[in-house]
Amino acid sequence: MMAFRAMLLRELRLALRGGGDMLTLVLFFVITGAIVPFAVGPDRELLARIAPGVVWIAAFLAMLLGLDRLFRPDHEDGSLILLRQAELPLSAVVAAKLIVHWAVSALPLIVASPFVAMLLAMDVATFWRTLLSLLMGTPALAAFGAVGAAVTVSIRRGGLIAPILIAPLSIPVLIFGTGSITASQSGAALLFLAALSLMATALAPFAAALAISSGED
Amino acid sequence: MTPRQVFSPLSMRATGLVCGRGGMALTQQLTVSVASGQCLLLRGPNGSGKTTLLLTLAGVIAPLAGAYVLEGADTEVPNLHYCGHRNAIKPRLSVLENLQFWRAANGATGEPTAAALEEVGLAALASLDAGYLSAGQTRRLALARLLVSHRPLWLLDEPTAALDVEGHDLVTRLLDRHLDMGGLAIAATHDPITLPDPARMETLVLGARIAGAPS
Repeated sequence: MMAFRAMLLRELRLALRGGGDMLTLVLFFVITGAIVPFAVGPDRELLARIAPGVVWIAAFLAMLLGLDRLFRPDHEDGSLILLRQAELPLSAVVAAKLIVHWAVSALPLIVASPFVAMLLAMDVATFWRTLLSLLMGTPALAAFGAVGAAVTVSIRRGGLIAPILIAPLSIPVLIFGTGSITASQSGAALLFLAALSLMATALAPFAAALAISSGED
Repeated sequence: MTPRQVFSPLSMRATGLVCGRGGMALTQQLTVSVASGQCLLLRGPNGSGKTTLLLTLAGVIAPLAGAYVLEGADTEVPNLHYCGHRNAIKPRLSVLENLQFWRAANGATGEPTAAALEEVGLAALASLDAGYLSAGQTRRLALARLLVSHRPLWLLDEPTAALDVEGHDLVTRLLDRHLDMGGLAIAATHDPITLPDPARMETLVLGARIAGAPS
């Protein structure tokens, strides 16, 4: 337990001292949302209709951006080899990384989502549903991302492959994510989203740990 | 000083071990055995498979043939420290934070962090960001990791790289003390390491693939 806490603390320190990484993600998220009105025209009704999808696409892209930071720095400085020999099982190491990854790459997006909602002329009721669906769905995106990052960590410049690898896995998250905002049966979609997140976060640490330990250095 | 933990007698035995990268064998069939209190020095030219052998023994690379076993060890817990070319030191964490993390992650069975930093000569720099350390100092910090968690087998890859003369003495001292405690070590090195008791050292020369290499 102490080792797990130390791992969380280390990841958090590294993320927070990483300079403007977090701010970059948030800005990317807001800008992706902000360019849509320019691209589709200032039609308020159309914007409000596509807003849920736009928020989810922006969140998905922004989370892909931070993926390469998850394992690559540890791979490059040799930490990953040593973490395989740590008292803490590798799956717990990945779980700690996953928790911090979500906290520093998804949570800021959720905090920044009012800005995007405003830019897309979203009404208040829809905005709350968007917030809830992001909160429920982003853990699944982070978990799939961790698996993709783990599979590609030993590949040089694999950072570009991971997003392609996990895009198909993320489609259900996007479907139920936007579904839980717009569809008439948004409650059911939200439950599906929660189930996806729970399953993905429960399984991803083991899958990612397996990928790391079977990938040769 | 802290009380010395003495490891139970162990021996690292490899039989017919062939190591290689990407399917290409780098070593011939190796049959070696290292017992508690013994240090095996790996010598050989660049590319002769020293690092590959160490990574194989660390379980990172699968051997192409043969097998190795750490006899007498509890296989449930990690038994080895690997100290490679890359120091696994985070430049944005302080010297102390780096070491504290590894002490927590590897098990706080060894010396306290302050004592370990004192030992490697970094006590005065504990609160400095590790990114400001010189190459030799970073190496010393990586060596301090071996002290904060006791593990019987040390796999050292060029432990003296980037170290000054005093640093060489430090490595020799740490190694000697580790062997005193009943540990075993396998070290790849170009610099000669001379332990006070030469009977504890064995040398394995790799790289017989190269024609005309001195045996």
